[in-house]
Amino acid sequence: MNKDKQFIVSHAPFWHNGSSIPERNVNIILAALIAVIPGIFQYGLPAIAVVSLSVSMAMIWELALNWLTKRPVSIGDGNAALMGLLFSMLIPATTPFWVVITGTFLVVVIGKQIFGGIGANPFHPVLIGLAIIRVSWGEFFDFDQALLNYDLGFHMAYPLAALKSFGTSAIESFSALDLLMGKQIGGIGATFGIGLILGGIYLILRGFIRWEISVSFLAGIFISAFIFNQVDPSKYAGPLFHLLTGYTLIGAFFLSTDDSSSPVNFIPMLIYGLGCGIMTILIRNIGAYVDGVVFAILLMNLTNPLIDKIRPKAMGKVM
Amino acid sequence: MIKKSFLGFAKPEIKYDVLDDVSLELYDIPIPESVVLLSDGSPSQNPQLAINIGDRVKTGQKLIPYKDNDSYVISSVTGTISSISPYLGDYGKTYTAISIDVDANETFDETFKKSSETLTLETASNYFAFLPGNLPFHTFSNSEKPITKIIVFGGNTDLLITTNQYVIKSELDNITKGISILKTITGINDVVIAVPRELLQGAGHTGAKLKAVDLEYPSANPYFIMQNVFNQVIPAGKEIIDSGVCFLSAESVASVGKAAITGQIPVTKIITLVNKDGTKGLISARIGTTMKDIFNACNIDLNEKDRLIIGGPLTGSSIFSIDHPVHTDTDAIMIQDRETISLSEDTPCINCGECIRICPAKVPINILVRFLEAGKYEEGADEYDLYSCIECGLCSFVCVSKIPIFQLIRLAKYQLSMIIEQPDTVEAEDE
Repeated sequence: MNKDKQFIVSHAPFWHNGSSIPERNVNIILAALIAVIPGIFQYGLPAIAVVSLSVSMAMIWELALNWLTKRPVSIGDGNAALMGLLFSMLIPATTPFWVVITGTFLVVVIGKQIFGGIGANPFHPVLIGLAIIRVSWGEFFDFDQALLNYDLGFHMAYPLAALKSFGTSAIESFSALDLLMGKQIGGIGATFGIGLILGGIYLILRGFIRWEISVSFLAGIFISAFIFNQVDPSKYAGPLFHLLTGYTLIGAFFLSTDDSSSPVNFIPMLIYGLGCGIMTILIRNIGAYVDGVVFAILLMNLTNPLIDKIRPKAMGKVM
Repeated sequence: MIKKSFLGFAKPEIKYDVLDDVSLELYDIPIPESVVLLSDGSPSQNPQLAINIGDRVKTGQKLIPYKDNDSYVISSVTGTISSISPYLGDYGKTYTAISIDVDANETFDETFKKSSETLTLETASNYFAFLPGNLPFHTFSNSEKPITKIIVFGGNTDLLITTNQYVIKSELDNITKGISILKTITGINDVVIAVPRELLQGAGHTGAKLKAVDLEYPSANPYFIMQNVFNQVIPAGKEIIDSGVCFLSAESVASVGKAAITGQIPVTKIITLVNKDGTKGLISARIGTTMKDIFNACNIDLNEKDRLIIGGPLTGSSIFSIDHPVHTDTDAIMIQDRETISLSEDTPCINCGECIRICPAKVPINILVRFLEAGKYEEGADEYDLYSCIECGLCSFVCVSKIPIFQLIRLAKYQLSMIIEQPDTVEAEDE
């Protein structure tokens, strides 16, 4: 009765746990939306425009590169959409459309596709795009200037810029609770702290990001900011302020945890996270830039292949 | 199939099945109309056949297919040889397939009975290499690698399979006899029985020390038994036999005992049959019974594009034809419905680290797989611990990109072994 049937032949194992790249990316997008939606409510229609344009342009660039390089169409894996969404979360709601289009081009093409697509990027693509845009057209990333026409009913100064220019006396009006609840200006999806934390916890529990990186990132920020604060409290803000402002939370949960540009072994993950945190505070406190997250993570991305060599001895290895 | 739990934060728990007493029934597959016996070993260029088509054979008779080759099979039925042909297994392993048409009346060969009263290492190696459970008897006569310890394992290395657990539960007398015979003929007194922890109580009084093996996959992998139960780490790239330890399956030892008690070489194999819906049963079939006959006897209907697997879900091998016979090491047959089959994809590694977290041997798979995909096998072996891999299959099981990592690793090991064996020919092929 079973004569002449053809069977599928493949190599073991014959089971798979059902995980997939689209599942991963869709979940990260959902977690990110927890922080994006309050941002959209805050900044209104321009924010929707920036987010939509960024996501769709990222996917279009990916598709275009797929065609150009004659590789399989990969927008189905959700990674381009995620990159577009993360990019829009970091920029102000008033960013001109051509900056978004150029930015997503840099993210998808320069940051990811020219290295060989998903999994091959040595740096976080979004940070590559953002760093180039910021160096080239820095005026669009001065949040105070970009969001000049908004009055949302809270202190409308970019906390990190205020700190940089005027010292800790300027940030006394920011309470930690306000900062946590998103009552600060900044990128569309980077200010709603509680949303980012919830999203991050969700991703950690589901196993889509590695908790070691996020936790050590935050620990790095906390420890180094604490030391600076102890040395000169009038010049350097306390650790809580640094944890809740700028790109810290989105960096800890969404940017530094990018799969391909971060380490996978336990000790390297801790070193990497701590490094990101410490570099961030160094740039913020004694560097030229107002926020250091972007360059701190890019710098640590660079060290990733090297520090990931610290790994446990394999079974049966004599050396 | 075990799926990822909603909370992916914790490491998945993958456990071996424990055989309950309830399922201690064995379904006997009737003797089929014809059987196919696979003889190991590749014959020389122009092999001289020592047996001919049309020869009549008895059950338990020893058949040596080639004049210049020592390997043999034990006929599992009484009948007439109908064909002799070469047969290619996984990774280029060659066999000789001997088909036998079965007669209605079964007669047993008496040659073994005469010598079974005074068993020596020589008579044993003349008959015990084709026992159910696959007894690697030649290892005892290899003077270069002397064996000092025998470990009888009462479990199976892969999931779902309960064949050896059944043997431990139901054939303890045969195992006791088998162990005493092995001790006598090999002179090795250090015999240990390792069984899954849950079966410890039932396996006493065999004349061997008893050790427990954990239920968490891959604790039953021989390398892990050596490391966790005997505190002896096997150096990467070495086989267990190199350190003087020989692993035997409980079934093969029981077969030795049975052969000595009855004077007849056992010819039936116990097999765990895993059906499409995951239901399991234990069957016993003559060695050489084809899958076709087993499925007919069990009323299993197969569809186009299903998957047939010999062995377990993580380390077995899939077969393309229902004419594949039961061999001495066929511990399980598994059928997967086409709807549930997961195939590998060609997405690149995204460096998520799932494999690193699950790898029991701590192989840096995320880097290794990049070298293997590029064909850089030697670099993989030298710098990224290719030979530490114990082939449990967990990395491919959890791979988000569905990369056939396990296949790449086996292929690399195979290719490297070819280079070591015959360096000239492989280089010539490359050019």
